[in-house]
Amino acid sequence: MAAPIVVVDYHKGNLLSVVRGLAEVGGEASISDDPEAIRAASGIVLPGVGSFEDAMSYMNESGEADAVRDAVGRGVPFLGICLGLQLLFERGDERTDGKLHGVNDPERWVAGMGILRGSATRLRSGRLKVPHVGWDQVHLTAHGQACPLFRGVPEGANVYFTHSYALDADVEDAVVATRTHYVRSFASSVWSENVYGVQFHPEKSSATGLRILTNYVDIVRGEAK
Amino acid sequence: MLTKRVIPCLDVKDGRVVKGVNFVDLRDAGDPVELASKYDREGADEVVFLDITATSDDRRTTIELASHAAERLRIPYTVGGGFRDVAGCRTMIAAGADKVSINSAAVKDPGIITACADAFGSQAVIVAIDAKQVGNSDKWEVYLAGGRIPTGIDAVTWAEEAARRGAGEILLTSMDRDGTKDGFDIPLTRAVARAVSIPVIASGGVGTLEHFAEGIIEGEADAVLAASVFHFGTYSVRQVKEYMASQGIPVRLDF
Repeated sequence: MAAPIVVVDYHKGNLLSVVRGLAEVGGEASISDDPEAIRAASGIVLPGVGSFEDAMSYMNESGEADAVRDAVGRGVPFLGICLGLQLLFERGDERTDGKLHGVNDPERWVAGMGILRGSATRLRSGRLKVPHVGWDQVHLTAHGQACPLFRGVPEGANVYFTHSYALDADVEDAVVATRTHYVRSFASSVWSENVYGVQFHPEKSSATGLRILTNYVDIVRGEAK
Repeated sequence: MLTKRVIPCLDVKDGRVVKGVNFVDLRDAGDPVELASKYDREGADEVVFLDITATSDDRRTTIELASHAAERLRIPYTVGGGFRDVAGCRTMIAAGADKVSINSAAVKDPGIITACADAFGSQAVIVAIDAKQVGNSDKWEVYLAGGRIPTGIDAVTWAEEAARRGAGEILLTSMDRDGTKDGFDIPLTRAVARAVSIPVIASGGVGTLEHFAEGIIEGEADAVLAASVFHFGTYSVRQVKEYMASQGIPVRLDF
């Protein structure tokens, strides 16, 4: 029997809704914090709980970060959700203590997994409220229209977001699959070969979310065209 | 554009919906998760389960409810009512709740807001405020125990403090309007929405479709919550959202 999809546990919250969402669309998923299980997985889902700094610190110490890099390097389909998307990138400015450092402060950054180039940074509130909570639209780029994760998802579909940090402008356009416009326009999904990431929560996004999870399970099974 | 949310609230006592009525498409209108699933299908953006069991220390039925809801719902849901400490909130989050709504416990010990935000993230922490107008002034006072116990605390000041301490959203209920069907307390809603930089959910008083739109347009709320108009079948969630859309309010209709 094929190895399951592993939902990476970094001990910061409840991952059951992701597992249940995958199960509902026929994906066999299990939660694990074991680097070897991550290396052996048929697909890796990195969900979004906790802060960037906490999550990276746990993933580095536990060996999860190396295991994810190894598996992704071998072509295992990876799906990052919310913070799990942000951790793919080189750096983030979300500290455990919630303190915001100045833009040029060298203390500002925490290193991410560095699988993709760019940063995740705090959304600065002005007229609009932060956190960005609720249902907002994903606008498909040309890259996104070709992305198997978004097969059957219409332009402008509403999905559920809840976040205070987002990808910044230094993320390469070539990997951006969808954009969402809030206090700033940000990359709400990325795709690079076997690496997929979404800022929103497909497991909380009703029928559209289930469509995306179905597509991911198809990708893992090699059935996506 | 970020859509405005419509949130049905289910009052739950001993694991059963209070004020539940029969819908032809429900086998058991008293089952909170079945009713919430119906709202999910009708386009609810989230649901709130409010445990109104006043005295019981036994939270098992509510924890079971949270766990059952996690299996059935594909939209976010909040559990509120009866939290005393961070451990109680943690149990509910572990059972699958996306958010917890804290009311009296936060007034008694505001430190619980920060502790919960640190433990689960601000996005999981709603501070619920029950407020009553002070005389005819533009001041509102925070009440506890379903409007029975005055605290002397100014509602707007308290909302600001809750936000500063790490709340992710404010669930604001007008105790003057709750149950009246006279519409939201618009000046209260607007005062709080303008005072904080986190989302505000307006609650208490909805009786007509126009009231929903007023909460957003005049009250400047980010979301509107109602209970009985949905439970009694006065309006479906879809009807409410279509009306709001007709008034120029961005809502999610692709469900």
